[in-house]
Amino acid sequence: MNMQLNNISENNFEQCIKCTVCTVYCPVVPVNPNYPGPKQAGPDGERLRLKRGEFFDEALKYCLNCKRCEVACPSNVKIGDIIQKARIKYSAKKPSLRDIMLANTDFVGTMASAFSPIVNTTLGLKPVKAVLDGVLKIDKHRQFPKYSGEKFETWFKKHAMAEQDAYKNHLSFFHGCYINYNYPQLGKDFVNVLNALGYGVHLLDKEKCCGVALVSNGLINQARKQAVSNIESIRKSVLENHRPVVGASSTCIFTMRDEYPHLLDVDNSDVRDSIDLATRFVYRVINSGKVKLCFKKGPKQKIAYHTPCHMEKLGWGYYSTEVLRAIPTVDLTVLESQCCGIGGTYGFKKENYPTSQGIGASLFEQISNVNPDFVSTDCETCKWQIEMSTTYKVKHPISVLAEALDIEATKKLNK
Amino acid sequence: MSLDNRRDEFDVIIVGGGATGAGTARDCALRGLRVLLVERFDFAAGATGRNHGLLHSGARYAVTDGESASECIKENMILRKIASHCVEENDGLFISLPEDGLEYQAKFVAACQAAGIRADIIDPDEAKILEPSVNPEIIGVVRVPDGSVDPFRLTLANVIDAKEHGATVLVYHEVVELIKEFGKVIGVRVANHKTKTTHDYYAPLTVNAGGIWGHGIAAKAGVTVNMFPAKGSLLIFGHRVNNVVLNRCRKPANADILVPGDTICLIGTTSDRVGYDEVDDMRVTAEEVDILLSEGEKLAPALATTRVLRAYAGVRPLVAADNDPSGRSISRGIVLLDHATRDGVEGFATITGGKLMTYRLMAEWATDLACKKLGVDKKCTTMVDPLPGSRQNDDLAKGKSFLMTTEQKSSVHRHGELAAKIPSENIYDNSLVCECEDVTVGEVKYAIKELDVHNLVDLRRRTRVGMGTCQGELCACRAAGLLGEAHDCSQKAQKELANFLNERWKGTYPITWGETIRECEYTQWVYSGVCGMDKMF
Repeated sequence: MNMQLNNISENNFEQCIKCTVCTVYCPVVPVNPNYPGPKQAGPDGERLRLKRGEFFDEALKYCLNCKRCEVACPSNVKIGDIIQKARIKYSAKKPSLRDIMLANTDFVGTMASAFSPIVNTTLGLKPVKAVLDGVLKIDKHRQFPKYSGEKFETWFKKHAMAEQDAYKNHLSFFHGCYINYNYPQLGKDFVNVLNALGYGVHLLDKEKCCGVALVSNGLINQARKQAVSNIESIRKSVLENHRPVVGASSTCIFTMRDEYPHLLDVDNSDVRDSIDLATRFVYRVINSGKVKLCFKKGPKQKIAYHTPCHMEKLGWGYYSTEVLRAIPTVDLTVLESQCCGIGGTYGFKKENYPTSQGIGASLFEQISNVNPDFVSTDCETCKWQIEMSTTYKVKHPISVLAEALDIEATKKLNK
Repeated sequence: MSLDNRRDEFDVIIVGGGATGAGTARDCALRGLRVLLVERFDFAAGATGRNHGLLHSGARYAVTDGESASECIKENMILRKIASHCVEENDGLFISLPEDGLEYQAKFVAACQAAGIRADIIDPDEAKILEPSVNPEIIGVVRVPDGSVDPFRLTLANVIDAKEHGATVLVYHEVVELIKEFGKVIGVRVANHKTKTTHDYYAPLTVNAGGIWGHGIAAKAGVTVNMFPAKGSLLIFGHRVNNVVLNRCRKPANADILVPGDTICLIGTTSDRVGYDEVDDMRVTAEEVDILLSEGEKLAPALATTRVLRAYAGVRPLVAADNDPSGRSISRGIVLLDHATRDGVEGFATITGGKLMTYRLMAEWATDLACKKLGVDKKCTTMVDPLPGSRQNDDLAKGKSFLMTTEQKSSVHRHGELAAKIPSENIYDNSLVCECEDVTVGEVKYAIKELDVHNLVDLRRRTRVGMGTCQGELCACRAAGLLGEAHDCSQKAQKELANFLNERWKGTYPITWGETIRECEYTQWVYSGVCGMDKMF
């Protein structure tokens, strides 16, 4: 008898058995009653949209693409992808100037870095914020991350590149827009840590923004172009030079591994396993027993670790917390995993501000209850949100490790 | 005898609440007759609700039955105008696969043109753009004006209009006897299924529109109508894979039509002669499921990987011509029998044969006969009078959809302008009962109050509650709650809930594998485990 042994539909949407656990785990649903929730917006809505495109509901824009629905789903339905694809395919609303600006992190970053003192000051001015809020609908409560005067790539080429070939092992560093334009220090920390562990760090031939902000703002063609370019560079690194590609941002890594193939139709199957996250890579190197670590002496540090949504989706939160736990001076509290509410560019949009802060409220409360010396997380936008919404500083686990390690001593141990 | 009791006296009594009966009731009421419509169960519970829901262009019959084909295309064009909220103008493709060859195509196109059906040969590559799900192996394609029609909505709209024009409608009332006086049928004895009582109604003419059950009704008048019950099985898929109707361009055979209808698509049919003893409880066999799937995949390969929701079967009310008692020459044309001239039984007529597509024409013929017998001189207007629900262009078509919520869009899609009657003032009325099909509390309340809903199965036919992929898992208990509230009886609602879930299970059973079996287990867990339903009875 024909029992359709392989009846898997696109994005598994008919694997949904309507258990609704996705909606229970959706951070938007409890704070924004206008959002129909992942089950209705995803598999349920998809049937209606297949009937007639007019059934597309613009309220799908309230999805912040955290993917917690997919983590919760026991039937492997790609709920978040169904929603993103529907927005791309059916939304009548074209991306606004604001969306284009927010999405083009690397173009805007390049421009802003060149004039960083002016840009940083200007973006902080009240009249400018009023214009951003009133005209561009970027919420006035938001602070843009400061642009750095010297891009990471410029620093790297001037100060670090020359000595990288001397190491035994090699990897390519996908630094991402945030490290390049806003926070080169994290890139420097990465280079220091990996050098100390005996790895030479190299740049990709050509690195473009991973495109996650383009996807969520509906600029799909541009996202696809960047994805094609990135995968080309990654292929060269992995297949020709045998260097894995490692990045510090959980979202960039998640996007390149898991969003390129089905959201952007860019095949990455030959290199996907060699695209890795910094903490996971470091954890594996440490755990292999082939390296020795030498830590500086110092006072105990109380750290609260926040698991970003895409980290949850990758299932890799464990690596970051274990790397932090490996540091003798660290007293670690892992916060209960929940969305911080920023959703990349989502929380910057005026219409999403109340939702964004509503989602994060209980996380901020958790943090103040723990009252750590600082918070640690792998995602730059989570960092902004927590720093904007609490009085606590946020550091990347790699930076924490870089500060705790005696870099020179460790380097010698692993020569 | 209570001939003086005006409440029980009508001009015409119509037996059978399918599309034909409802259409006849409407036409008679529009022409000023006092009408009683009697239905044993619910509207569209028989063959009307158990077919493809294909708005035939007639192309399928063009080669074999030119008369039916030209009736079809005329009615097709009429229904697009008068029943716009029941119809989707999808178009249809007749595809030739390598195994079919192109020989039939030429004959087919010529026959279509002779019947007045537009049939354009198009390039297979163009067809693949029009309907991406079509089998890419196609060697020839003809485009015809097929479409989809929702038989439940269509029947209901006729009932609503009949009532608006004064007709009395009784559902769950079964004709147990035709009352005869001096050999003439003067009325019907009707058993009320709810109260278990009987009542007599009188009219100078009784019209038998009972479909396959018309055979039994005619027998009560002592006349024979030679019917040939032919079972047709269909499979419903969980979502639409196609938006254009797909047909095989060959001599009509098993499983060669794939029709998109509302949120789903369905493949059919098979065709097998069955006995009268089986027509009340059709079951789809494993062999039929096999044929439907393997042939269906040839129309659209995606069907191989698309979840099947349920299987069902209907019985075609095929009639043998009177001069052919052997039944070899079975017509799909309309059969109107005036038993006065045919059998010498005055006051009784049978309208049968035909198809869902030609229900309006059948109603017109039957009503013409009724008017002639009753001496009423009124012309038929149903070919131009829009049905309730299709009287205003819907807001979706007018491009106002951006102002509406998806729930509102869904209810307008189902009820046309009558959706304005659905309560939507507060959050409760706007909350969902059926999440798969977007049916709100307000829509369920409206259906229970105004659309003759007696149980959850009726409610499903009015609103699509329970027709989605969960098959009642989430909506059935909510709907039962609203029904219990409206009828002020929670015990009855509990029984209704059990009946409804069993009815859903009957359709799921033949195709229970893969995700469907997971979902059934989950449903059972919800109702037995969480709600404790197994301990209720």
